[in-house]
Amino acid sequence: MTAHTFRDRRRRAVNRLMLALTGVCAVLTVVPLVLIFGYLLREGASSIDLAFLTHTPKPTGETGGGMANGIVGTLEMVGLAALIGLPVAIGAGMYLAESTGSRFATAVRFTADVLNGVPSIVTGIFVYLLVVVPTGGFSALAGSIALATMLVPMVTRTTEEMVRLVPREMLEGGLALGLPRWRTMLGIVLPAARGGIITGALVGIARIAGETAPLLFTALGNQFWQLDPRHPTAALPLQIFSYAISPYDDWHRQAWAGALLLILLVLTLSLGARLVFGRPERRA
Amino acid sequence: MTSTKRALTAAAFAAALLPSAGRAQALNAAGATFPAPLYTKWFSEYRTRTGVAINYQAIGSGGGIKNLQEMTVDFGATDGPMSDAEMAAAHGGPIVHIPTVLGAVTVTYNVPGVPTGLKLTPEVIGAIFNGTLRSWDDARIRQLNPGVALPHRGVIVAHRSDGSGTTYIFTDFLSSASLSWRRAIGTGKAVSWPVGLGGRGNEGVAGIVKQTPGAIGYVELAYANQNRLPVAAIRNRAGSFVMPTLASTTAAAAGVTLPAGSDLRVSIVNGPGAQAYPIASFTWIIAYTNMRDRAKARAIGDFLTWALHDGQAYAAGLDYAPLPAGVVRLAEQRLRMVQR
Amino acid sequence: MTAVGERDAAPAAGPPGEEAKPAAVRAAMRWHQSSRSDRAWRRLLVGFGLTIPVLLVGIAALLAHGAWPALKKFGGGFLTGSQWDPVSDAFGGWPFVFGTLASSLIAVLIAVPLSIGLALFLTELAPRWLAAPIGFATELLAAIPSVVYGLWGIFVLVPFLRDWVETPLSDRLGGHLGIFEGPAYGPGLLSGGVILAIMIVPFVSAVSREVISAVPRAQREAALALGATRWETTWQIVLPFARAGLIGAVMLGLGRAIGETMAVTMVIGNTPQVPHSLFGPAYTMASVLANEFAEASGDVHRSALMLVALLLLGITLVINACARALVWHVNRGPGGSR
Repeated sequence: MTAHTFRDRRRRAVNRLMLALTGVCAVLTVVPLVLIFGYLLREGASSIDLAFLTHTPKPTGETGGGMANGIVGTLEMVGLAALIGLPVAIGAGMYLAESTGSRFATAVRFTADVLNGVPSIVTGIFVYLLVVVPTGGFSALAGSIALATMLVPMVTRTTEEMVRLVPREMLEGGLALGLPRWRTMLGIVLPAARGGIITGALVGIARIAGETAPLLFTALGNQFWQLDPRHPTAALPLQIFSYAISPYDDWHRQAWAGALLLILLVLTLSLGARLVFGRPERRA
Repeated sequence: MTSTKRALTAAAFAAALLPSAGRAQALNAAGATFPAPLYTKWFSEYRTRTGVAINYQAIGSGGGIKNLQEMTVDFGATDGPMSDAEMAAAHGGPIVHIPTVLGAVTVTYNVPGVPTGLKLTPEVIGAIFNGTLRSWDDARIRQLNPGVALPHRGVIVAHRSDGSGTTYIFTDFLSSASLSWRRAIGTGKAVSWPVGLGGRGNEGVAGIVKQTPGAIGYVELAYANQNRLPVAAIRNRAGSFVMPTLASTTAAAAGVTLPAGSDLRVSIVNGPGAQAYPIASFTWIIAYTNMRDRAKARAIGDFLTWALHDGQAYAAGLDYAPLPAGVVRLAEQRLRMVQR
Repeated sequence: MTAVGERDAAPAAGPPGEEAKPAAVRAAMRWHQSSRSDRAWRRLLVGFGLTIPVLLVGIAALLAHGAWPALKKFGGGFLTGSQWDPVSDAFGGWPFVFGTLASSLIAVLIAVPLSIGLALFLTELAPRWLAAPIGFATELLAAIPSVVYGLWGIFVLVPFLRDWVETPLSDRLGGHLGIFEGPAYGPGLLSGGVILAIMIVPFVSAVSREVISAVPRAQREAALALGATRWETTWQIVLPFARAGLIGAVMLGLGRAIGETMAVTMVIGNTPQVPHSLFGPAYTMASVLANEFAEASGDVHRSALMLVALLLLGITLVINACARALVWHVNRGPGGSR
């Protein structure tokens, strides 16, 4: 009997200990978040000023200047990537949603997930070989193509899931009215899935906006204004990278400012989308 | 990809961009980080004066050479001259080297308790960078620096992780001063370092040295001075310990005589002269002589002419030594091959 | 493509009551009986779908083409060779393979217990008002760009690890245990592993959470009804039930860690050598590509880098494919509703 209660007590103690440990895990994962955001706010907020937002970089080692061209360059490249990638991704997503059971579709679905896992640096090399060398130069366009290559598999899968959530009766209803399939899909099914697809697209765009590795060998960077997409163009993440590894205190300050701005952009896109359009089902 | 197909794609891509005559208003260049403080200053000034925007990305001399070979930039920059094999591998034809300025590679350190004043010989530097000298209070360092309170602390070597002309100059110096270095490691833009941390660009190495107590690295003088990093005095061929300065860099070039018609790919490390700093070098802009796009060729010629004359005035302010007059004359002759 | 179209003609598992639908609808639901505009539409969609495998194959083919000279020159010895010497054109990829595997392994060792603990806390224990903000916090961690992690790593994490972890450990244990041997560089294998761990926790925990939530309630209730404590239920029933999915989650995390580039490049030390200790500088496959690909001027060097890229692609593909297969399996089919 005593042995029994002793065992019970031990079991309860283990229970409490282990449950407490899971709580410790939760705390430990939140700590880096607090630290990162704390540093970003402390170091970055004081450094974002008008010059930072409106000026181009100063020559190496000089104090002052800003990342205005990088900010615009990032917006330009991300916008172009969305223009290139989203139609493909939404089309492919609709195809997958419509094609359960097909072996080809399963293969496409699987490759989309696998493509999603391709390291971004490899995507950069791919686009360097595919676009930069044949066209004879680095360009914002090459950068956008690299970013679009990353965007497509992400958005394809969310689109598929969102379209799939639309009740089948809506498609059938449209077809019963004698509408061609493409009009039913574009006019009835897609609008019904709109919120989720937009959220998925914005979350994907937020992710590519922060990417550095695919731009290293494609967009390259620029210390001046360059809005022509056929030329090398500055990007916020590239600028943060080169300033972070530099020895200059003023560049470090600007790297923090750039990082804070980048994270604000990323969070606005991904959280804003969720707040406005609702949350897409999480993908496994 | 065949060259025709390649040219066609390129043409289709850039068709609307090329002005039919005159000078290009935008050029793209990439390469050495060694002269980057001066070059970015030049390009910034040049743009204010002429409106021509020259985008320069300091990705390392190796990157400058590679991108010129692949014709993905309009011109490149390097501080290790291209080898004959590298020139032969270029897709766009013959290449000229135009020296722009002289610089010094410093040995910079971050040793707690030693704010300044370290003296080193080529042998000791070699021992540090090949990993055989591991502690700051090693007898070999103490012997050269009597009275300096050297700590018992591990030496952390910082070197370049990218293809670098600065590495070329530094290893060229070590090879020229030490047979064992030449045999074991050799001279190159990227060598097989036995120890140390790799940094990207001169700024990356300077960043590591600044961030890491116990570190030692090699960077161009401007990077050390801009960051107030201490630099070592180094024993030159004449046996005197010389600090890297504008004067000692100029002295290193003073002993050089170039024959007429030289292609200007010359090394001046470990030069003669009592006051000559031993790890000094020219740095070059590299360009094709037969560029298809004449507007760009003219724009490059215009810029380099400006750099060889007016541009030299900016050099001293950033601790680079202006070119000797004789070298400027030779460089102008070579430049005509680009302009034609 | 016709074969594909026909296969799709009838939904594999038609919903019940399919036969009751009007004939017109049934006909229209079939692709091959549809009008010309629908066939064009169909072809368009298939075309979009096709871009994805084409991209993947394109990446592999271009890399393989570029890597071929190095593969011919070095063969299988590339994997085991540890010399990376552009001066003499001798290249071996082992330091990078080692650095990648070692840093990812450190990351997984740190991140997996944390992530599964967190997932259990959120699914089994935490009340809603607590679970929601913590879940949100991990999502924020997932949204931070790699370069920002790297920036924070250089200026906060690396000095902290050097002064508070590496220096005391190497001073006290360095003489006895080789893996703790100094000097405490700061940037190195440990810093790389720790930053990767922080980066993969959100992914591993999110997938773990899903897999754990998918364990049927009845399983838990049965165990609790038999008198098991909460922990015993979790340890003996829930985790074994979710095992395949959890392994999938870990492999997804591993895949991410292996392919991660910027943050690691900024803190790992970038030296192509197998480090002598946990604190020594190392190099990963992704970071050598980031540092050297744009600058390798020799043909052999360039081709060797492409071979590294091809290897990296191969490793991530295999790991991701296995992980996906496991997670899909748990969620019952790739498209299956959860």
